[in-house]
Order: sequence, then C-alpha cells, then structure tokens
Amino acid sequence: MASAARPDSGGAPASAGLSRERLWLLSPTLLMIGFFLVIPLCLIVVYSFLTPGTYGGVEWIGSTAAYVQFLFEEDFLSEELTFHSAYLEIYFGSFVQAVTATVACLILGFPTAYFIATRPPRQRTLWVFLVTIPYWVNLLIRTVSMLFIIRDEGPLNALLLEIGLIATPLRIAYTDFAIGLGLVYSYLPFMVLPIYAAIERFNFSLVEAAHDLYADRWTTLREVILPAVKPGVIAGSLLVFIPSLGSFIAPDLLGGGKQLMIGNLIALQFQGSRNWPFGAAAAVILLTIVLIVLMLFTRKQAANAGEAR
Amino acid sequence: MSSIEIRRYPGFRPITWLCLAILYAPMLVITVYSFNSLRSITTWGEFSFAWYAKAFANPNIQNAALNSLLIAVVAATIATAIAMAAALGMLRGGAFRGRGGVFALINLPLMVPEIVTAVATLIFFVAIGFDLGLMSILVAHTVFCIPFAYLPISARLQGIEGHFEEAAQDLYASRWAAFRYVLLPMLAPGVISGFMLAFIISLDDFIITNMVAGPGATTLPLAIYGMVRVGFTPEINAISTILLLISIVFVTISYFVGRGDATSEH
Amino acid sequence: MQRSPASAVDIRNVVKRFGSFTALREVSFDIRDNEFFTLLGPSGCGKTTLLRMIAGFETVTEGAIFLYGEEIEKLPANKRPVNTVFQQYALFPHMSVTENVAFGMRMLRRPAEEIRQRSGQILELVQLSAFADRKPDQLSGGQQQRVALARALAPRPKVLLLDEPLSALDLKLRQAMRVELKQIQEETGITFVFVTHDQEEALTMSDRIAVMSAGELQQIGSASDIYERPRNRFVAGFIGETNLLPVTVEEAPINGVCSCRLASGVVIESNPAGRPGAGAKGHISIRPERLSLTAPAVDGLHGTIDRTVYMGTDTQYLLHLDDGAELTVRKQNTGGDAPGFAPGERARVEIDRGAARLLVD
Repeated sequence: MASAARPDSGGAPASAGLSRERLWLLSPTLLMIGFFLVIPLCLIVVYSFLTPGTYGGVEWIGSTAAYVQFLFEEDFLSEELTFHSAYLEIYFGSFVQAVTATVACLILGFPTAYFIATRPPRQRTLWVFLVTIPYWVNLLIRTVSMLFIIRDEGPLNALLLEIGLIATPLRIAYTDFAIGLGLVYSYLPFMVLPIYAAIERFNFSLVEAAHDLYADRWTTLREVILPAVKPGVIAGSLLVFIPSLGSFIAPDLLGGGKQLMIGNLIALQFQGSRNWPFGAAAAVILLTIVLIVLMLFTRKQAANAGEAR
Repeated sequence: MSSIEIRRYPGFRPITWLCLAILYAPMLVITVYSFNSLRSITTWGEFSFAWYAKAFANPNIQNAALNSLLIAVVAATIATAIAMAAALGMLRGGAFRGRGGVFALINLPLMVPEIVTAVATLIFFVAIGFDLGLMSILVAHTVFCIPFAYLPISARLQGIEGHFEEAAQDLYASRWAAFRYVLLPMLAPGVISGFMLAFIISLDDFIITNMVAGPGATTLPLAIYGMVRVGFTPEINAISTILLLISIVFVTISYFVGRGDATSEH
Repeated sequence: MQRSPASAVDIRNVVKRFGSFTALREVSFDIRDNEFFTLLGPSGCGKTTLLRMIAGFETVTEGAIFLYGEEIEKLPANKRPVNTVFQQYALFPHMSVTENVAFGMRMLRRPAEEIRQRSGQILELVQLSAFADRKPDQLSGGQQQRVALARALAPRPKVLLLDEPLSALDLKLRQAMRVELKQIQEETGITFVFVTHDQEEALTMSDRIAVMSAGELQQIGSASDIYERPRNRFVAGFIGETNLLPVTVEEAPINGVCSCRLASGVVIESNPAGRPGAGAKGHISIRPERLSLTAPAVDGLHGTIDRTVYMGTDTQYLLHLDDGAELTVRKQNTGGDAPGFAPGERARVEIDRGAARLLVD
C-alpha cells in the first residue's frame, strides 16, 4: 500500500494506455527509427529482389538473380548455372572467425570476469571500469593501433628481432589470425561484463556447500558455478558473436582487404562492384542469420529461466 | 581453509592481467609512439609534440575534425532530447500495450549489424533523393545515437520514484511545472550522461558514416581510415591518441556524472 | 445538493476498482472540520487508496468526494486545496529545506514577501528554523519528517492528508512525533486525515477512527467507542486483544442488556451490538484486562490455568474453560500481596460489569 513503491506513476491519476501525451512523447522516437531504420531495412529486402542498374543503383525489375548469384555462377555463353562456393565460403569463413573469436573471448573473459567479481566490493567498480573503457574508444582507432603493432615494420616484430627470437619479421598482419586477434580485441569487454554481472549475483555459499561435500575447486566450477552463470555466458557470447559475424573494420584493415568477411563483401557491392541487389541479398542473409541466432538463444534463455522456477 | 581460499582459482589472476594488457597495450603503444620525435619504430628520439602540430596544421584534418565535432554535438543533442521524451513516455504513467514493441524499436539500432544499417540507410537516402553530404551523416547518426542516450536516462528515471512528482502536484504544480522544477533537475545527471555517450558514439562512428558520406564530406574517422590505407605515418598516431583521450575523458565524466547524485535521494 | 459545510470531507458511495480487483466497496462517511481523523486497517484494506483518492492521485470509479461542500473527485490533484505528507516524505533532494517548504506557495504564485514570512513561520512551528538552508540528505529521519509536514502545511490547505508518516521512524521518535502532530493539529485547526496500520497510534492520536478491512468500512467512532464497543469480530480482534466465546442469545435485549448462554450452560449478561433476537448465534468479546480470577466456587464460569506469563506490568494467565474454550486473563502487577494462580490450578473467572460485548454474526 506504500505510495513509495510506485516508480511507474508520477503525475496524473494512473491512466493506462496510449494517452495523447504519451503519444507525443514517443512519436519522435517512433518516427525517427521507424522512418530511418525500419523502412530502410524493408527496402533492403525489396532491393534484394531487383536487378542491378548499369551504373550502380537498381532497375525496378523483379528478379531473384541476386540470391541465385549467391550459390550459382552463370556461364556467360551457355547460360548454364554451376554451383560455386565462393560466397558460401565467405559466409562460412566469417562464421568460423566469429566462433573462434567467441571461444577465445570466453577463455580469456570468463576467468577475468570471475576474478573481478571476487574482488572486494570497493575494488570491483574500478576493475569493471578498466575493462569497459576500451570498448568506448573508437573501434577504428583500436584496430589501427593493433595493426600498428603487428605489422612487419611494427614494434612487435622490432622487439622480437631485437631479442633475436626471429630472423625475419613474422607475417602476422594481413592474415586470418590478425583478423581473429582484431575481433577478440574489439569485443572482449562484451564477454567480460555480462559474465561478471552473473557471477556477482551468484550466491557463493553454494560453493561452500559443495566443498563441505568434498568437491574440489574445478569440479565446483564445472558443476555448481557454471550452470548458475550460464545466462551471463550466453549473453556475453552473443554479444561477441553477432558483431564479429558482421564485422567490417577488422577484416578490412587487419586482413588487408584480401580475406573477405561478410561485412566486406556487402560493402564491396556498394562501392566497387556496384551490384546493389546482390549486396542487399547478402545483407538480408546476414540479418536473417543474426535474427535466427538471437531467437534461438533468447528462447533457450527463457526456457532455462522457466525451468529454474 | 578459509572461505576466501575456496573461491580462488589459480591462473585466473594472470589471465585477468593478460586481458587488461591485451585491451590497453595497443592504445598505450600508439600513444607512446605519437610522442616520438623520430619516425622510427626502433629508435626513440625525444619527447615531442611535432606530430600533433603537423596533424593540426593539416587542412584536411582540420576540416574533418570540425565536421566530426559539429555533427556529434547536433546529433547528440537531438538524440538526447528524443531519448528523454521516449524515456518519459515509456516509464511514466504505467504499462501500456505495445510497450514491448516500442522498447524493441528503441533498441533496434543496437541489434542490427552495423554494416546492414549502413547499406540500408544508403539505399534509402538514394531512393528518396536525399543528397549525400553532411546532412545525411547527421541524420544517420541521430538515429543510432538514440538508444545510447536512452540507456542512462531510462536507468536514472527508473530510480526516481513517482512520489516526487506526486508531491509537486499535491503542492499545486502543473504537469509542466512538476517536470521542470522537480523531475528534470533530478533527471539531469542521466541526461548529461546520455548526451556524452551519444556524443562519443557519433564522434567515433566509421562504418555507417563511410557509407552515407557524400563526396567532400569527411569526418575524423573517415580521414584516419584514408590515411591508414595509404600508409602509416606518425600523424596518424597523434590523431589517434587525441581521439582516444577524448573518448576516455568523455566516458569517464559520463560515468561519474551518471552516478554522482545517486546518494542524495530517498 | 450540498452537504453541511461542517463536513470537511464527505465520502459518498465511493467505489474503486483496478481492473477486476475491487479495492473499495461503496464506502461512505464524513470527516468533520478541525478533526484528527484516522483511517485504520491492515495492509490491503484500501485506506491508502482512499487517501490517494482524496488527494487526487487515484480516480474515483463510482461515487463522489466533497470538500467543504464542493465536489472534487474530478479535479486534478494540483487543483485541490489539499496537501499530503508522504510516507517516504518525497522531499525534493535538489532543493533546500526552505525551498521545499516554499514550493507550494510558489506554484500558487503567492507574493514573494508572503512566501518568505510564511516559510519562516512554519519552520518555527516544526522547530527547524536552524536547518533552513540544509538539503534533505543532510537531515535525520525525524527532521525530514518534519520538513515534509511543514511543506504540506505551508500553503494552508483545507485538509492535511498523512500517509503513515511515522512508520519509518524508530519507536521513541515515533512516540514523540505523535504528541507533536496532535499539538500541531490543535494549534492550526486544520483537519487531519491520518492513515496507519498501527492501532496504538490510532487510539492515542485520533478524535475519531474509521476501521477498514478488505475495502469496506467496519466501524467509525472515537477510540473508546471502537475499543469498548466494537461492532463486529473484525474490529474486536484488530484493536487490542480480546477473548471471543461463542454464545447463543437467550432473550432479546432489555434496557441494553442481553443474556447469552455459553456452550457449557453458563449465562452471561452482555451489552449487544445491534438488536439480536432470541436464539441468535454470536460471540462475546471480553478484553483480558476486564477479567479476574478468584478461588473456585459452586457456580459461575470456571477453568484451569495452562500457563502464566510474567510481562512486567501485567501477568497474563492462559487458561481453558471447562467447556474447552481458551481464555486470556490479564492482571496488573501491583506488587507483593496475593499469590497468583499457578498452572494446573482451578479458578473462577469473573467478568467486570458491562465488559462483555455481544457480537452477532
């Protein structure tokens, strides 16, 4: 009955529903995002079913050529369609990169999150802050700095040459490995933070109970802690996987533009190659994959939460 | 075995330090090198601001910096105002049908991969005949700044109980007066925090800006990208360090402002 | 149709529904001018909802509310000359004490000089003049409570609403504030409508109390009315402690006295609530302090002591009557003298004259 516990009121007698005032407050948001994001997204879907114009842009002639082109190559003379895997390979390669980056972030991020969560409370905010700051620094700059370090003439190679560990510079930059490194670097904080939040909420007396019942620390980790913080792990994994899948900057700068990921492929269609419908199709496919992944995991999350009642 | 012992896992601490090293090393390295008077990677000349001076003197950089700042200020301001209105609409006056949908809409820019947003925006602008230039960048930035401004504002608003506005109305304040004299001052830290976040997001953006920028319209990230493509120069280090510092300063301030007044309420 | 202006607040057939849930079912009563009126009841009984409806924070589903003759239930909160002291005070954290207190008058656009004077005056009344420039977070709980009170009094409301304002204070402070609030009400002459779940608070402070339960008004009356002459079992049980014994009415009341028969056959004289007919079933409510124990005799009510509990000021005897019913008797400890009864002993139970209250279902 307390008037205190009402964060939702504040103002006129509680009137539910879409009052005029509420409509006014929400309409700028609805208009901006609806008009400049939702409609463009719909447009992309439409464009994926059109024909490329001669100088870029589109002709309003319906066609599934873009999607066909994704899987098949048309022989110029015989108009035969043969299956080619180039684009599938790009998607698959991106998928592999994203998964690798996610796993690497997990290996690095979980212990970090655990460590921070078990610091004395006052320290924790500082640690979290330290981990978060890099995320807010310009992604381009961060990728550029990484490139700076690992390139042939960069400090890393210089150091290794100096110590005598190697004789010629290590080719790290412009490789798949470099891209992977870049992805991990870009999204690591996003793995740490959700896991940290989950571990912070975890009731550590469960660990004491496990020890009381003769479990050692690694068993405890596997059977007591991990299941409890699974939602955080999943959230973190999604937050690394999804941006990695569609990443542009890392493959572009660190891969030297030769190792294509989905992001580069899409961008290319709107810059050099000028095949808009194909670019749109590639974007639609990426978006669909992302949505499916999201739905799968949120459904799984909800199921887990439901079971845990 | 003390209870703290049980929680300790060997190896976790070094991994944490490794993580932090990975996160900070590149930025630190680039910062250090930006002050090296020599171009060389292996030799240290002396501490110097020479590259900063060179970068600032570059008219291309100046133009880009000005554009970036201008767009960031305007986009952040508009986005913050819109986000504040949205937060009020969402969080005051009880639940309403479609609230989940609106929430999804507000977060949509965060969920769509940036490259997809970038090309979608591009084709949309071209389709409606919107000339690509600084304006197109501004509009695109405003849209995806909205969720970033929304986050701290809504977090702050949720922590402000309804009885303050009720008390104001009980004391004869009109709805507008209650907002202006009571709610807004209490909301201010969240608004400022949201503005700063939006500002940084706009300043830092590359992918979307790259797609929708018209010829001649350049921002700092675009300029840096162009320069890196050509080859590494110490000026790049200098500009990068500046952007780095701006980001860190802004986020730090935004963080402390957002938390600052948390203790002074009941 | 206007009510008599002596009615400060007139609640007429008010119903409040939240969706399918009915919080208030046709409540009607009036609050008099210059009265300290309390709404008392357990959580969820609707007392806070009713208060918020008078303030204007909840709409009225059915019925009407009149303030000194004027119908107000359709007016927004900021147009009603009624002010509220909130349970958690809701002091504006970014304003000083004086600014908080002056807020209402500022919104009413009173002249600056008047605001200044009135603020000073009101702060004197609550003894906080020394803290005029402090911010709320620099004050103790008790001081914040007084600022909330001052803020609500400053605009000279016609009625002051208080939503469990003392619940956040510790016991000693609460007791001191009860006295202060009562004094302030008497000094200012403003009608106070006070909401609480603490019956001791209600009994000590109020001119009249409205006891509520599950959205319905159970009884209105002075503290002694409610305590000594409860109208039903809820009120009897909610206020203080009581013993309830099932009885059957022997004959209809004569001169306000009614004979009732217990299951064991013993007949008790009671004063009835309402007019029960012979043969009606009901309960007798007797307060533990209105019972006494004497040596067993031939006739009358008898029982065996189960336990005794020493409580400092009183000794409590828990016993069961011959017919099995349980009874609690309280005897004040007046020092030394007559040895009390021990567990296992038999005793005769005597009821003070007029202390048995008949409540018919």
